[in-house]
Amino acid sequence: MYEKDGEKYFVVDAHTHFWDASPQNWVPGQEEYAKGWIECFHAYQGLGPKETHWPIDRFQKYSDELMMHDLFEVGHVDKAIFQPTNLRQWYTTGFNTTETDGAMAERHPGKFLVNTTFDPREGDAGMRAFEERVKRYGCKGVKLYTAEWRGDSRGWSLKDPEAARYLEKCEELGVKNIHVHKGPTIWPLDKDAFDVSDVDHVATNFQGLNFIVEHVGLPRIEDFCFMATQERNVYAGLAVVVGGLMHARPKFFAKVMGELMFWLGEDKLIFGADYAIWEPKWQVEGFVDWNMPADDELSDFPPLTTAQKKKILGLNAARLYDIEVPPEMRVDAPEAVEPVGVPNS
Amino acid sequence: MTAIHDRNVRADHASVWSALATVRDPELDEPLTDLGFVARCEVAAGRAQVELRLPTYFCAPNFAFLMVADAYDAVAAVPGIEETEVVLQDHFAAEAINRGVAARSGFVASFEGEAADELDSLRADFLRKAVLAGTDRVCRAVLAAGFDADDLPGLTLGEVPSTVDIERLRARRRELGLPAADGDPLLIDPGSGAGVAAGNAKRHLAFARLTRTSMEANSGVCRGMLRVRYPGIEKEEGTG
Repeated sequence: MYEKDGEKYFVVDAHTHFWDASPQNWVPGQEEYAKGWIECFHAYQGLGPKETHWPIDRFQKYSDELMMHDLFEVGHVDKAIFQPTNLRQWYTTGFNTTETDGAMAERHPGKFLVNTTFDPREGDAGMRAFEERVKRYGCKGVKLYTAEWRGDSRGWSLKDPEAARYLEKCEELGVKNIHVHKGPTIWPLDKDAFDVSDVDHVATNFQGLNFIVEHVGLPRIEDFCFMATQERNVYAGLAVVVGGLMHARPKFFAKVMGELMFWLGEDKLIFGADYAIWEPKWQVEGFVDWNMPADDELSDFPPLTTAQKKKILGLNAARLYDIEVPPEMRVDAPEAVEPVGVPNS
Repeated sequence: MTAIHDRNVRADHASVWSALATVRDPELDEPLTDLGFVARCEVAAGRAQVELRLPTYFCAPNFAFLMVADAYDAVAAVPGIEETEVVLQDHFAAEAINRGVAARSGFVASFEGEAADELDSLRADFLRKAVLAGTDRVCRAVLAAGFDADDLPGLTLGEVPSTVDIERLRARRRELGLPAADGDPLLIDPGSGAGVAAGNAKRHLAFARLTRTSMEANSGVCRGMLRVRYPGIEKEEGTG
């Protein structure tokens, strides 16, 4: 909980990780990728305030204690949601798996929700393992990487019939929050890997599921917003937006927040600190203090209200994940959440 | 590629740099020289050596390939340049890209088995985004000059005061084969080239603004990452 000027903010960090990218965990022969990946993440940290930058060795692997301190002791986070990133091709025990996240969550009961993942190319065996993970860790969400290479396959699409089977299974198991990574990726090489049209397709077909597009589709915010206005169950994950822009590029942060409020609205934006790329403390405090600057180029965008910030920082995610919010931190929530957008003429 | 050069012309650093300034990051629609992507440019005795750098080790290889190949073409076309070397540094696919560009072998051949298509349609998609973003820039200036928002759908390119932004917008439209003459409408669908009806103008302009925001935010992240990766770059010219 964060309290400022008499207002109490319930904070859900909907995008966190517990990873091991230390050299001992690099797959022999894949060291360049393993090293390049974590160094790339580390460079993103450089977009945050200088006093929050970590040395690379701490960034490669951090302790339980440090994570608990950064999120819950000083970071104002009430609940954090793990989003796995397996990357077993580069890291021997995986980079940030459901299992390591789940073990961390079990060591600290009541603090974390554990999301898992699936890959429709793993067929029936993958389906069984997926169901076991969901039951073992009580998962209410998944994080999907549609652009991941596997053997001869250069990524997959949510439109694939195999993916539909998994999404049906999600509905059956109550895994209702589908986080889709559409941010920077590598393969397939000849396509634009950020295409969100498959999310559009499944959001229509699976009305009982919520689709949270991570990093708001950055660097294709325009395609994402355009799609999101047409689907009532599509949400924007703000990881990278707050961490990567609020400090380093405040004017673009204002423009992006303005656009997201304009096209999606206050009920569809989900805060995530993206730890350990960025610590939540400065993001939560900075976002509560932030507002739309007076600037001609921003004249289409009204300032954010306290109630809107409360929704973005935690209440929206609490709604999607059925997280109990203390009564004094709630606001009047809408019965049905519809996208905003702009009507013709 | 064989270029016929006038051997009496001596190429210098400035002419090669100017050529590099015509090469854009297709995703950001900004010149490589402004973005700080040119790490080294040396010219001596008709030989140009250029090194490019990008914000991350994992920047998209398709766009990286286009930039290295475009830079090669631009530099090789400078009068007096007889030998051209353009290489990308510090990138996971640098070897394949550099080999492919040096051999003039195209994207698919450079990434055998990993890519099925050349990059023309990708480039066109991003030019269409550049047209939308440019439309927002131009329309904001037009409104600031005293025009009414309701006038925009009826305006032609020739009726808009000439600025750097309008010339840039026309150039992008010409590249796509879209109408770009004085009598053509200011607001067009960047896919079909058809004029935008008055009833759809509000939505069109909101989307143009959004597209510009997206490209500029993306550019902001890229510039920020480049500075983290190559400290000291702020001091270099034009990397604002």
